[in-house]
Amino acid sequence: MQNKNSYNRYQRQIILKELGSNGQQKLFKAKVLVVGAGGLGCPALQYLAAAGVGTIGIVDFDVIELSNLQRQTLYNIDDIGKYKAITAIQKLQAFNPEINFITHCLKLTNINALSIIVNYDIVLDGTDNFATRYLINDACTILNKPLIYGAILRFEGQVGVFNCLDKEKNLQTNYRDLFPEPPEPTEVLSCNEAGVLGVLPGIIGTLQATEVIKIITQIGKPLYNKILSYNVLNNFFYEFDVSINKNNQTIIPQTKTEFENFNYDWFCGIKKQPNEISINDFEALRTNENITIIDVREYDEMPFVVEFKHIQIPLSLFENKISNQTLTNKIVVFCQSGKRSLQALKMIQEKNPAIQVFSLHGGIEAWKKHQLKNLINQ
Amino acid sequence: MKISVLVFGQIAEIVNTEKLILQNVKDTDELNEQLKKEYPLLQKLAYSIAVNKKIIQSNTILTNEDVVAILPPFSGG
Repeated sequence: MQNKNSYNRYQRQIILKELGSNGQQKLFKAKVLVVGAGGLGCPALQYLAAAGVGTIGIVDFDVIELSNLQRQTLYNIDDIGKYKAITAIQKLQAFNPEINFITHCLKLTNINALSIIVNYDIVLDGTDNFATRYLINDACTILNKPLIYGAILRFEGQVGVFNCLDKEKNLQTNYRDLFPEPPEPTEVLSCNEAGVLGVLPGIIGTLQATEVIKIITQIGKPLYNKILSYNVLNNFFYEFDVSINKNNQTIIPQTKTEFENFNYDWFCGIKKQPNEISINDFEALRTNENITIIDVREYDEMPFVVEFKHIQIPLSLFENKISNQTLTNKIVVFCQSGKRSLQALKMIQEKNPAIQVFSLHGGIEAWKKHQLKNLINQ
Repeated sequence: MKISVLVFGQIAEIVNTEKLILQNVKDTDELNEQLKKEYPLLQKLAYSIAVNKKIIQSNTILTNEDVVAILPPFSGG
């Protein structure tokens, strides 16, 4: 034990005979990487720091928004607009100064993932999109690092442990054995659109932290090669056994080069459509040219847009109303996340093939986030 | 012959219940076909199937009292 204070700090778990000072030493020596400091990452980080995990890394490139506070319990009102990775570490450092925290304020990609993950013993996946989930899984498979997976939607969550050898069964599976193919992007619901009960990531993130602690201290039976599903509404827990999917072994990248050449956005169907424009191109267009900007969201949808001139034609009324509208020969349509505006784009193209029409990639959410980041960096 | 089918996530919304009881389904391929016919929205969804809590990777024969579970991937965090 480092000193008497740290003995006192962890005394309640050291007296557990299964854990003991030996287990506490293992926690001090452990290096855990948490990817995503959001709904799952916040509670996981709090409990890993509380337990005395010696080195904790955080990967996150996002900034804190008001709508995060319903579930991301590390942040408060004054933190809005700040980077999550930096803010989380400030809070956690004050909470447990004995820990060595490492900030990775960046987006995990197939170019940087291996060089970051290689420095840790265990990875906890708290991300919010399939492309990054497959990327983390594949990086952990190549580096043979245990991956503690967690995911949530609405009232249901999943947690599981991959890339860990279950010695009894001589079995080691990964996320691709459970879900070899990502769903179609149009069928994917995000928490932004589908909602989530705030306490749910609290439960699932805490379960993930529990699995990390069990694996480090070698106590109990971690969810090796299992997925646990939990429904908050009816308190229904259900466990699935995952086995090796032979077809999957041909798809998963086996080497660093294969990994770096694997296009995760393409694999998960996230690529820009021909007439989608990026936020930077949109900014150039709207400040330099005479264009019509149309919000195709329904009338009561937030956030309201006051920053630039636009008209609103909800998608539900779009087909009827667009015919009566006087339009410039350049139009940009936008919605919340950039999916519905693609439908509006098609409608305009069909009716007026002469008009140049663009859809804002990522929608107004991405645009607002971009504005917020610019503000911080000024 | 009777089997139970537990459904999770968006699939529970599509079939409008969390548990279905089905008669005379000989294997998981047939079950898949029946479900997709009755609930066409399932055709576009990705999901994994477990028989008696074990995720299966290919068509599996079903027997009386088997519990099939259908799990879609989530990405929220």
